[in-house]
Amino acid sequence: MQHVSPVREPLVTGGKSYHDVTQDVCRQVEAAPNVRWMAALSVALFFLGVFLYSVYRTLWFGIGEWGLNKTVGWAWDITNFVWWVGIGHAGTLISAVLLLFRQKWRSSINRAAEAMTIFAVICAAMFPVLHMGRPWLAYWVFPLQNTFGSLWVNFNSPLLWDVFAISTYFTVSLVFWYTGLVPDFATIRDRAKGPIAKVAYSLLSMGWTGSAKHWSRYETVSLILAGVSTPLVLSVHTIVSMDFATSVVPGWHTTIFPPYFVAGAIFSGFAMVLTLMLITRVVFKLEDYITMEHIALMNKIMMITGSIVGVAYITEFFIAWYSQVEFEQYAFINRATGPYWWAYWSMMTCNVITPQLVWIRKVRYSIPLTFVLSIIVNIGMWFERFVIIVTSLHRDYLPSSWVMFSPTIIDIGIYVGTLGLFFTLFLLFAKFFPVVNMAEVKTVLKYTVDNGPTYTGHDPHHDLIHKPTTHGVPANAPVNYNKHD
Amino acid sequence: MTKRFALGIFDDEDVLMHAIENVRAAGVKIYEVFTPFPIHGIDDALGIERSRLPIAAFFYGMCGLAFALWMQIYMLGFDWPMIIGGKPHIALPAFIPVSFELTVFFTCHGMVITFYTISKLYPRWRTPVLDVRSTDDKFVMAIEINESTDLNNLSKLLRENGASEVNEKEMTKN
Repeated sequence: MQHVSPVREPLVTGGKSYHDVTQDVCRQVEAAPNVRWMAALSVALFFLGVFLYSVYRTLWFGIGEWGLNKTVGWAWDITNFVWWVGIGHAGTLISAVLLLFRQKWRSSINRAAEAMTIFAVICAAMFPVLHMGRPWLAYWVFPLQNTFGSLWVNFNSPLLWDVFAISTYFTVSLVFWYTGLVPDFATIRDRAKGPIAKVAYSLLSMGWTGSAKHWSRYETVSLILAGVSTPLVLSVHTIVSMDFATSVVPGWHTTIFPPYFVAGAIFSGFAMVLTLMLITRVVFKLEDYITMEHIALMNKIMMITGSIVGVAYITEFFIAWYSQVEFEQYAFINRATGPYWWAYWSMMTCNVITPQLVWIRKVRYSIPLTFVLSIIVNIGMWFERFVIIVTSLHRDYLPSSWVMFSPTIIDIGIYVGTLGLFFTLFLLFAKFFPVVNMAEVKTVLKYTVDNGPTYTGHDPHHDLIHKPTTHGVPANAPVNYNKHD
Repeated sequence: MTKRFALGIFDDEDVLMHAIENVRAAGVKIYEVFTPFPIHGIDDALGIERSRLPIAAFFYGMCGLAFALWMQIYMLGFDWPMIIGGKPHIALPAFIPVSFELTVFFTCHGMVITFYTISKLYPRWRTPVLDVRSTDDKFVMAIEINESTDLNNLSKLLRENGASEVNEKEMTKN
């Protein structure tokens, strides 16, 4: 039985019926692509072209095309890798952690957020693969027998842990996302008019019919996947942070890194979810599903994680001072006042100060301000990774090897290019896949109260009048309540 | 093999839930119920057994863990021991991350593959559906009928329990 609350804010506004949900979500998939979508896709494809060109240069001429130098060996590519992986985390957080915490508001946004996760991880994976210089030998990172005899990978290395973490994370997120899509593909399949759409969505929906037995198993699978994805998502960024923390570079060798990186990941992930959702809801007319409440809630999560990140920055400083390690102290003073002070203070402004504006209710509920804020946070989180990596490496123990880092045009091309890759994938997803999880949204329609009857065109009292009482539910229990009753 | 079904179409899940109990109480066997979204408690009402998928998932996880530990201990401890930073060959704390990831990997993929297999879900060109509205907004109760079935009584029973329509449909099961 659905629990109906007379006090809770509605999760879906506009008094939608089940059929309305189907109509609203399928409209985009069934309609011919509109001009705005085509224009956006063209821009994304242009940047995808930039990406392909930069990759071609990197592979053809070698990674000398990148602005790496002997000291700052990891600068730009690992910054981007960590940034993209971080962005991916909000999707899993929304789909797994919020599912376990019974946060029903996640239903409207989980699909798009999970898609974002998949695409962000694809973008992230580009960097470690490309930095090998010879990606066709990428299988060497896996524990496979090779032609030299039984030489294996080094399981003591955090970089190898990354291989396992990211591959597990990507494939698990993919099946989680896909399994969730299957029932919605079935809905589109059953509405499809054209023969191509019928066959395509029939293939995609794997013959889903929505039988009660399948739903029961489906729910079990979702819950277990959420249960194992929750520690997984925490482990992935923890391991990414260990790439740094297990080294002895000043500014990296700290135990605060794992929680601090996880918080940062959720922070940047939610910023990206907000950016995308604010656009999606307007373009696809989904204001009733992604409501102001959703935006405010996401804003709050962003603010909380932003505050955690802020505390982490201050803690790092404190520990550097308290440890009395000269190199550690220097690393932090250099971050704030050295040649990269602008990156450090951009990070501080974007990540610590601006999210605090979310305390103000007007900001939380304002679309333009939220949009600007989410972009600022994304920029800030990119700077955070840049600060950690570049400032620690450009001045380490030996003053004779102190250098500055500046990216080459190819570096920039690859970064901007992955944005193109990301948005191309997201736009294709938004056009051909249901952006909102229809089946899940239908389950929460009655969960809350709206101004009108939830279920229109049908008298809910009629059918129940002569029923005996079951499960402690009165026979004439109304299937929905009216707020004004 | 072609089967004939009487389909009771319901507009609301709460009505459906009551109907399931009453139809079963009347001694009619429900072939299958098709709904656009999962309904809590429907498995109890229909008498569907609790899924044993969690148990399977646990065993897949254990397999993953065992495999990961065996792989790392065998490879770095016995097959090709290397001294890395003076660490012991079998450095269990360093093996935790990979062991954890493989446990999760095996759990998820094992369970999802099992789910698709036992539910007979696989890509197919055409999907036979009893009523296409069951993936949109209708709740469909399918009852298998044969020559001896009294259709009038069945139809009456379904309507009395709140079905907005009662249809008949033939479907070839492959």
